[in-house]
Amino acid sequence: MVKPLITPATEIDGFHVEERVHKGGMATIWRVTKPGIDVPMLMKVPYLGEGADPAAIVSFEMEQMILPRLKGPHVPRCIAVGDLAVQPYLVMERVEGTSLLPRLNDLPLPYDEVAQIGWKVATALDDLHRQHVVHLDVKPSNIMLRPSGEIVLLDFGLSHHQQLPDLMQEEFRIPFGTAPYLSPEQLRGIRSDPRSDQFALGVLLYFFSTDVRPFGESERLSNMRTRLWRDPVPPRRLRPDYPLWLQEIVLRLLEPTPSWRYPTMAQLAFDLSHPEQVKLTTRAEKLKRDTFTQVLRRRFDTDLTWPTARASTVPLSAAPIVAVAIDLAATSSLNEALRATAQKILATLPAARLACLNVNRHHRIALDTTLDAEGHNKQIDRLVALRHWAQPLKLDEARLTVHVLESNDPAGAILEFAENNRVDHILIGARDPSLLRSLLGSVSAKVAAEATCSVTIVRPLREVALAS
Amino acid sequence: MLIALFADIHANRQAFSACLDAAYTQGAERIVLLGDYVGYGADPEWAVDTAMDLVAKGAAAVLGNHDFAVGDPGESMNLEAMMAIEWTRRQLGREARDFLAGLPLTAREGNRLYVHADASAPNDWNYVVGTFEASRSMAATEAHVTLCGHVHRPGVYSMSPTAKMTAFTPVAGVPIPLLPGRRWLVVLGAVGQPRDGNPAAAWALLDTVKQDITFCRTPYDVAAAAAAIRAKGLPAFLAERLFKGI
Repeated sequence: MVKPLITPATEIDGFHVEERVHKGGMATIWRVTKPGIDVPMLMKVPYLGEGADPAAIVSFEMEQMILPRLKGPHVPRCIAVGDLAVQPYLVMERVEGTSLLPRLNDLPLPYDEVAQIGWKVATALDDLHRQHVVHLDVKPSNIMLRPSGEIVLLDFGLSHHQQLPDLMQEEFRIPFGTAPYLSPEQLRGIRSDPRSDQFALGVLLYFFSTDVRPFGESERLSNMRTRLWRDPVPPRRLRPDYPLWLQEIVLRLLEPTPSWRYPTMAQLAFDLSHPEQVKLTTRAEKLKRDTFTQVLRRRFDTDLTWPTARASTVPLSAAPIVAVAIDLAATSSLNEALRATAQKILATLPAARLACLNVNRHHRIALDTTLDAEGHNKQIDRLVALRHWAQPLKLDEARLTVHVLESNDPAGAILEFAENNRVDHILIGARDPSLLRSLLGSVSAKVAAEATCSVTIVRPLREVALAS
Repeated sequence: MLIALFADIHANRQAFSACLDAAYTQGAERIVLLGDYVGYGADPEWAVDTAMDLVAKGAAAVLGNHDFAVGDPGESMNLEAMMAIEWTRRQLGREARDFLAGLPLTAREGNRLYVHADASAPNDWNYVVGTFEASRSMAATEAHVTLCGHVHRPGVYSMSPTAKMTAFTPVAGVPIPLLPGRRWLVVLGAVGQPRDGNPAAAWALLDTVKQDITFCRTPYDVAAAAAAIRAKGLPAFLAERLFKGI
């Protein structure tokens, strides 16, 4: 019998325990207060002692190591950590709002909303992955929505930290997690692949958009293992109006081989926020599951199904989103130099993707129309010109997107795009020394000064040697 | 308290001075030396003098197999190590040799055990390179944390109350919490002859208040250390390996 160590009105290290808000399989969660701390707080207390699940304490040890190291708006703030040898507990910010769990009553959700949720969760998970943590238990009840609409990820008890010892790995030979959301590689004993979180998010998006769980709910290992070789029913079969781009994204997330999914969460978020530019492969059009022979081949492919301890992950730095800002009116030598720089980066990093940006500056006085004097749609002309610029790079469609941003403030528009789309590197041409540019101020200087990512300022090759 | 730990100095003056500087800069208040002051490198006298000086000022120090071999020609070693030790014996004076001969195999400090190699048989000099060896070493002590060297590649092992083992290769600069609910065995990398592919000198900083350990890498003048080895006529490979950290 597990001894109840904590009851309402208990005082622990100055925290006053109030009511119990949750009783889970591994821990109980209490509402607590402490004089001097205004934030609403929760205390998580693991079950200990004889009869307690050994996983409970190990999972608590992991969370106790990981949570205090996490930063940012997408994780609850860690307030205090109890001494494991005396009374283990974790006090964290109580996130206002609700989890995604109640949304299960409203399924299937509209496609736009599914994409919106997907984008928010992918962005939050990208933040987590950048802090070297793989969540490994992404599911509706672990995703909170603040009243502001911001996502907060909860429960790091099953998570893996790439720079800390993984206490769960050796302790438990059977995979831990939530059956419907467990990735194939987790079932094979791999806990270190960030793309496992993509699979779980894929399950969630599939479920939220169809009201059907792609791999059922069975918790039997033999049933769970079928996802190693059996593909889910294509969503378009369940809902004929299912958008091609969404099916493309969801089925890509559910690929049994991690390297067939997105290289990073940021790249997934990018696709979710630019549906019109998602490259549609055969995944998008699929109406039937794979044939018996295809499935059989996978079933007996030991590379896919055997347990393994090694994950072949791509480091985040190898799959950046690169944005190149192109001034279509600039000299051709400058635009060539930009292309040569982009080419060097893309050639060394096959998982990188390129977003070509152009800012359409509104006239300050005259009212703009979308049509020019000859009646051409200016926006489309610019998109065509951007694709034309990128054409010599011969990039796969999945690695290239083009964007015309409408703004009076080109630098601001580029910076905003970079921020919203988690751009890792901006390439931009140097300021033109012409009078007009000096009057307007330098776009590249502002971008370089204010960007939160790397910026490379590109100039054309020297044409003549300068006199010394 | 911040404790700086150094293992496998191996008479590498350039590496050890750089590490000591880095440790003091980071606020180290106490020094622990985990053996193998000599062997392989070109400055055994300086290394032993420095160790003696540190011990005189309160540092803890244990014996390593190369230090033991100085006083015992029967100790078996590979050819290069043997050649280096033969030469080292002819460099060290009485005082240095007495200091090495007087070092203990293990030292206990609070809930920590210091030992050069496997704590279950400290004078057998077994390498702790996996969970099996780590659990054997941990079974021989009650200490919460065992700290050793000898392997020249850093590693962290933990044993849960149910004797389940975990293994981990630490990342430099990232503190690892030494959780109280389990016991830990920490293998330090080498100051004077790293063998994990990174030529920078390896050491560690233990924080007894936060109960965590941070593995540190300090770059040093490898060319000077290698040139000194060559100048003393020691096997050329002992100089070359320093550049690659092998």
